[in-house]
Amino acid sequence: MNALQIIGQVVLAQLARWGHGALFFLDLLRATPSALRRFGLVVGQIHAIGNRSLVIIVASGLSVGFVLALQMYYALTTYGAAESLGLIVNLALVRELGPVVTALLFAGRAGTSLTAEIGLMKAGEQIAAMELMAIDPKARVLAPRFLGGILSMPLLAALFSTVGILGAYVVAVLLIGIDSGNFWSIQQNGVDVWRDVGNGVVKSAVFGVICTAVALYQGFETEATPEGVAYATTRTVVTASLGVLAMDFILTALMFSTP
Amino acid sequence: MNKKSTEILVGLFVVLGLLALLFLALKAANLASFTGGGDTYTLQARFDNIGGLKSRAPVRSAGVNVGRVTSVKLDPQTYLGVVTLEVNKGVNFPKDSSAKILTAGLLGDQYIGIEPGGDEKNLVAGDVITQTQSAVVLENLIGQFLFNKAADGGEQKPQ
Repeated sequence: MNALQIIGQVVLAQLARWGHGALFFLDLLRATPSALRRFGLVVGQIHAIGNRSLVIIVASGLSVGFVLALQMYYALTTYGAAESLGLIVNLALVRELGPVVTALLFAGRAGTSLTAEIGLMKAGEQIAAMELMAIDPKARVLAPRFLGGILSMPLLAALFSTVGILGAYVVAVLLIGIDSGNFWSIQQNGVDVWRDVGNGVVKSAVFGVICTAVALYQGFETEATPEGVAYATTRTVVTASLGVLAMDFILTALMFSTP
Repeated sequence: MNKKSTEILVGLFVVLGLLALLFLALKAANLASFTGGGDTYTLQARFDNIGGLKSRAPVRSAGVNVGRVTSVKLDPQTYLGVVTLEVNKGVNFPKDSSAKILTAGLLGDQYIGIEPGGDEKNLVAGDVITQTQSAVVLENLIGQFLFNKAADGGEQKPQ
């Protein structure tokens, strides 16, 4: 009887946690339209989330482009197909690496700062003070950050892919000596705007929703102690990264399973 | 940092992101070829065997891209592969032109090559190219080669 009770307890607790998260997400969506009316707040958040992530995104994109081009060249010369280097790097970046790596970096760079900021607001009882003044903290604090994250993420992913492709160009054309016209024309033949680039943008927008919502949830529901904030920040990175990877598999299966 | 410079920086970030998207669409994908391609008309061609031809494969004449394959399907009555082609307007072929399925390089992608005929009338939208040459299937070639070899060997043995 005792074992059964423990199983039931664990399952019920887990279901309650999921339900709590889902209700929080619905509240967040309901609060989002009001943030559009005060767009100044959203602009401030895009600056905090997007602009400040720019350096790490561009640097990572460049190095991923470099390394991918070098490694692919090594594999492709075996088959005498070094010319398709640009196409492979392009597809890999636009379809998968751009959105996914950007989302992982985003969770680490912007997600943690969101969680810590809101967690400290909660620890300092600023959130409770807002509620006391009849200001909805979800509309005033969370929604602008949510919108800022969703708007920043696709732009960051596009920048990541672009910088990566330019990095591959540097390696392929300037270092290895693949013909520059060939490098671009093979990409234009093989990459479809809607199927590849468009789906990549959709992916990154979905990842933006996941990362930002998880970070806000963890911050908002944190225990109002130093340990609680530290724990919530860690959980943000873990949950957001795992969520992004799981969602990426689902989206890839939906978008690219048919040739 | 005051409000104005924040707004300028955010504007810069958004413009940069949109430029990146534009770059991906125009320089690193095929949006330019859609807009540059302009109007097209459709033709059909029937093949005994289309090999590895896929939709979106290029259509070439004398090696120059003149269109794209839009769909590949099987005609259930005749068991022929029906290939629908989109050819750029302004490129007209005589009625007795022939279509071949060719391969770029030894193991490259397959494409359709159109060889113009000598008829005075041109193919118009919806026409079917009647003279076609199927894709070369490597297995058949090897099979034929082995069969010939075996046949040669059989003749030589009695001598």
